[in-house]
Amino acid sequence: MGEIMDAQTIIARRVALELRQGMLVNLGIGIPTLIANYVPEGLHVFFQSENGLIGTGPIPEQGLEHPLLTDAGGRPISALPGACTFDSATSFGLIRGGHVDMTVLGGLQVDGEGHLANWMIPGKMVPGMGGAMDLVTGARRVVVAMQHVAKGKSKIVKKCTLPLTSARVIDLVVTEMAVIGFPGGRATLIETAPGVSVADVVSNTEAELIVPAAVPAMAI
Amino acid sequence: MKVVSVEHAVAMIPDGASIMIGGFMGVGAPERLLDELARQGKSGLTVIANDACLPGKGIGKLVDSAQIARLTASHIGLNPIAQQQMMAEKMAVDLVPQGTLAERIRAGGCGLGGVLTPTGVGTVVEAGKRKIDLDGKSYLLETALRADFALIHSFLADYQGNLSYALTARNFNPVMAMAADTVIVTAENIVPVGVIAPDHVVTPGPLVDYLVANG
Repeated sequence: MGEIMDAQTIIARRVALELRQGMLVNLGIGIPTLIANYVPEGLHVFFQSENGLIGTGPIPEQGLEHPLLTDAGGRPISALPGACTFDSATSFGLIRGGHVDMTVLGGLQVDGEGHLANWMIPGKMVPGMGGAMDLVTGARRVVVAMQHVAKGKSKIVKKCTLPLTSARVIDLVVTEMAVIGFPGGRATLIETAPGVSVADVVSNTEAELIVPAAVPAMAI
Repeated sequence: MKVVSVEHAVAMIPDGASIMIGGFMGVGAPERLLDELARQGKSGLTVIANDACLPGKGIGKLVDSAQIARLTASHIGLNPIAQQQMMAEKMAVDLVPQGTLAERIRAGGCGLGGVLTPTGVGTVVEAGKRKIDLDGKSYLLETALRADFALIHSFLADYQGNLSYALTARNFNPVMAMAADTVIVTAENIVPVGVIAPDHVVTPGPLVDYLVANG
């Protein structure tokens, strides 16, 4: 290997391996946005921006931004040939109606059963849920892309203490240390990041983690 | 439909009115109407919109001058002034999941009493709402939203009020144009009747009450 990757790059590259041909995918703000940079060659996926676009393309070069073409954070984006636009009711009909194959979102906490909290810290940060609750409730597959530990505390907790985003359990969480799934509603270690041992993951995870006999390394 | 000046359009809006405002982070927001609302100093407004935008932009202009008494929105996190006003209880804020907000407005415009959505079940959003089980799935009853005025921004408008939108500036505009007693529209371009092909009209002309003249 020899190549040193930062946490965000490891996460984005690993999540990108979850993409499949022809998927309609919604990427949240933050680390999830980076995933578009690592789409495997030859794979075609459709990216949705919930403000009303399918077919988002790369960030335009300076001077080529269009004021009426932005992502859900209000930043300039481009639209690929074949892109389409629609209103907010249609956009969330796509999301809630199960037409979005996969969403990738950031997280504040994921717990041992796969519940996600990612929209508020009572008394501190109350930005509003935006589209997160609809995405977690309605997308066919929910992947959380986040750092494993924040301020010395594991973000993969026994039980979420922050308000939940949805009662629906997520499918996968990808961090710079590990890939964790929730078969049968129990956190299970699926892969470790290059150079990270199973013991490292377990000691940085507050939730009880099921560890299979063999845990492969991320193929990134 | 009448063509009016921006001053005249805003003069019709009383203090304390409820207003739906199109736009998503200011993209597709009726900026000229917002500037004029700020200039005329309308106060105590109830605003229904996707977000609080940024200070000095879109709905952020009304937040800057503390003209909003109550805001119903899905996200205010990118506007620190809106956050401060909410924390200080100077502006009441109802936070609504974005898809639920769109559907409540759509319901208001379509003669429905509300919608049943799975979004928010098992979260703080369900507080005070009726939960309804249908075919083994749980839903929240989310009631319809309407307003006294809708302030809409379109790309093309003709002199019969037919509207079409551009790119991501469409967002909440078409659903809001259905859900208010009085609909006031600004347009990037006002064009002769017939220029917008029937198949490209998104908001039918009879929904529009006032078109703000350009220039």
